[in-house]
Amino acid sequence: MPGDAPGGRIVVVGASLAGLRAAEALRDGGFTGELTLVGDEPDPPYDRPPLSKGVLLGRTRADACGLPSRRPLDARWKLGVPATGLDPLAKQVLLADGERLGFDRLLIATGTRARPWPDPGEAALDGMFTLRTSRDAERLAERLDAGPRRVLVIGAGFTGSEIASGCRERGLAVTVVERGRAPLIGALGGTVGAFATELQRAHGVDLRCGVTVTSLTGHDGRLTGAVLSDGERIDADIAVVALGAVRNTEWLAGTGLAAGPRGVACDAGCRVFDMYGIVTDDIFVAGDVARFPHPLYEYQLLALEHWGNAVAQAETAAHNMISRGPDRRPHLTVPAFWSSQFGLNIKSVGVPTFSDQVVIAQGSPGERRLVAVYGYRGRVTAAVTVNRAKWLEYYQHLIETAAPFPPDPGAADFDGSEPVPSDVPDPRVLSHGPTVYVTGHLPLLRPPSRRPGG
Amino acid sequence: MSSPETLFRRITDYASRADPYPLYAELREHGVARQEDGSYLVGTYDEIAALLHDPRVSSDPHSRAEPFRDPLALQEGMPVSFIGQDDPEHDRLRRLAMRHFGPPHTPRRVDALQGELVRIAEELADGFGDKERLDLVDDFAFPLPVTVICRLLGVPPGDVQQVHVWADTVVAGLDFTPDEDPEPRRRASLEARAAMGRYLGELAEERRRRPTDDMLSALANDDGPDGRLTQPELMVTSVLLLIAGHETTVNLISNGMLTLMRHPEAFEKLRADPTLMPGAVEELLRYEPPVQFLPQRTPLADIEVGGVTVPKGSPLILVLAAGNRDPRRFTDPDRFDITRQDNQHLGFGSGVHNCFGAPLARMETRVALTTLLARLVGPRLLQDPPEYRRSPVLRGPRHLPVARTPGGR
Amino acid sequence: MHVVVDLNRCQGYAQCVFLAPEVFELHGEEALMYSPEVPEDQREKVLRAVAACPVQAVFAGEQAGAGAG
Repeated sequence: MPGDAPGGRIVVVGASLAGLRAAEALRDGGFTGELTLVGDEPDPPYDRPPLSKGVLLGRTRADACGLPSRRPLDARWKLGVPATGLDPLAKQVLLADGERLGFDRLLIATGTRARPWPDPGEAALDGMFTLRTSRDAERLAERLDAGPRRVLVIGAGFTGSEIASGCRERGLAVTVVERGRAPLIGALGGTVGAFATELQRAHGVDLRCGVTVTSLTGHDGRLTGAVLSDGERIDADIAVVALGAVRNTEWLAGTGLAAGPRGVACDAGCRVFDMYGIVTDDIFVAGDVARFPHPLYEYQLLALEHWGNAVAQAETAAHNMISRGPDRRPHLTVPAFWSSQFGLNIKSVGVPTFSDQVVIAQGSPGERRLVAVYGYRGRVTAAVTVNRAKWLEYYQHLIETAAPFPPDPGAADFDGSEPVPSDVPDPRVLSHGPTVYVTGHLPLLRPPSRRPGG
Repeated sequence: MSSPETLFRRITDYASRADPYPLYAELREHGVARQEDGSYLVGTYDEIAALLHDPRVSSDPHSRAEPFRDPLALQEGMPVSFIGQDDPEHDRLRRLAMRHFGPPHTPRRVDALQGELVRIAEELADGFGDKERLDLVDDFAFPLPVTVICRLLGVPPGDVQQVHVWADTVVAGLDFTPDEDPEPRRRASLEARAAMGRYLGELAEERRRRPTDDMLSALANDDGPDGRLTQPELMVTSVLLLIAGHETTVNLISNGMLTLMRHPEAFEKLRADPTLMPGAVEELLRYEPPVQFLPQRTPLADIEVGGVTVPKGSPLILVLAAGNRDPRRFTDPDRFDITRQDNQHLGFGSGVHNCFGAPLARMETRVALTTLLARLVGPRLLQDPPEYRRSPVLRGPRHLPVARTPGGR
Repeated sequence: MHVVVDLNRCQGYAQCVFLAPEVFELHGEEALMYSPEVPEDQREKVLRAVAACPVQAVFAGEQAGAGAG
């Protein structure tokens, strides 16, 4: 498919949010050729955010979360069939059912999966769950309906915290175990982490930070509890493992592409790099599995497990797949995400982990309504609101214009708080993932191998 | 061409009431226009939207610098309603009122009103009888919202007329008519506001003794997580709801009918396909917004808007109606298009002070226009432009005389 | 019909909750929850919510890939 020919064959591997929106954008952009979507799950594309909220609470059925289509696709769907390999020279995708799909352009949108519990024997106990797919959510919701005596949540990132929130709302006893110092600290730093700690405890969560689960115990194949690194024992009949995500890149092993545990690296136009850092011209990537350079964050490669990024990056990738060089555009949207937990709406713009300081610019933790603004070397890099979403676009503008940090005072509900260190821990000390991996380095925490002389 | 410094004077001049849009276009060319009295007028979409989400912009009249202070607006005794407060106080008062009007606490109150609203609209339309000439304001657009808001709050039907007189006097006080002494009107307005407050306070007392299922009973009796409204807070809040709850919707309905009658193809399209009505209401909110500008904002710091520094304490006037016609935001902005996509208009404002009663106004307008479209066969405007009400803020026809073929259904 | 809300755009104006309270719900003061699968009798109300959303964050359509599995 040379130049901007609207025909040819496009294969999209990954039939979730990014794959679907990319396919729609390809058709919107005038692509008239053969379009195939490959998905390893048997269901048509569905929306994942409701799984840890409405579905967990039992208000929405797991199989009722299908995504609405924006337009007719005229595509071939290969659902329930994982891709197992890629031959970049022959330009073919290999499928688990033996089919080889030829392509002129390929979009990789294979996303992530839940990181499994490391001990396979313990992971196989009845009562052990992860939460990533519709099927996971359906099974977990059923078990919660049955009224377990205690739910153990391992990891206090966004998913773990939302699960704990849902369980408490159902009136279930919950213990949360987090290796880091606080819930959400990996994504949002120490100030919001301290707030989240207080929030969970106020809602009756038995929160254990700074400890790990060293083993899970079972009887007759059923989970009975856990032993923690401080020697404590927890009785629980359900454990949900919320240790972050694993990027689905194994199928790309041996292809020579820059694909690995941290994702698939690409340029600002979503074109995949090979292992030598040379850009390919027919293979693109979008969504959770992509690592891409962002100019607001010193062109470091970001990997974002965000709904909004999946949509925006899919649209950019699709546009570039059917456009000639000069018409291509960069993926530049400011990262943004939300989480609802314990009755609060938490929203974020920018990259809070890319920071050295944070200030409460509006409201206060005591009111449970606040705006936290993050800065790095004197400029605003992120903002987080708790039940204050209507102010967020002001701070997004500050991020986009690299406004000075701390921001100008003046808000009527600013209480005069001073900036404090943002206290973003090294991701390796967390149970949960940060959900934004700044994969070069954190500003204050270079990996040891990168230290000068190290 | 006159100076941009006189734009506000020209916009508020009664002679501009029928068509202020050329002046709004002039304003947009200047982006931000400092006025001769030291206030600042903003008319471009992006700048208005940014200011509505800027935490350094206050709605509190106390934030004005000394020369711009309005002694009448800062009267002792009565507290300021949430429309004139900043967070966190604004948020607390608004939340207390919202508890009894909408989600999360009372998500179905407005939806549950739909059946009754349809009945009231049908009754008013039945009242047209065989008349060949109607005044769509007096015969329909006016009585509908006032009846609905009184019903919602719990004002007995016998008192609706009195409430309506007070509300009219209050709104007259909002007028900007240069070269005329505003004092008498402003004083009458404040007196009407106080009388209305006393009346509603007494009604609330009655509801405390004998609660019913109306909103006033709920406001008077509920002890939510934020505590109870004080008696003065309850009085100013319910006065605000009563006034805002019908003065604006009257204009939305009558501007709506005027606009539809000026666009017969849209009128017919809408009559043929009522599923287009929700989009048409949004387009009316963009095209002829019932609140043309927000005159009460003040920066709490020196802020830069579109390259102009607006000093702390200056009056900041956000011309929503000009932003709604900004060609940089809306394609072909002067075209009335009931199927317009991406219609993120400023008709209800935006940000934390977005219109409290928007859901009610939407429903009333949808029902009102649907009813009128079905009932008006062969309608003709008898006066175009019609006679307008005084207010440049709450802009709309005072009367909207139309002729029709009687008996339509 | 299915519905999805771009909750990055959503600022909690809750107009959708007013218009279609069977489908949309506020969880606390600001967090929006909704049932993606829209019952037939809620269709009209959901379309009103799509039109009224002040930040145009609500999207409704037929289910993507329905029957593709």
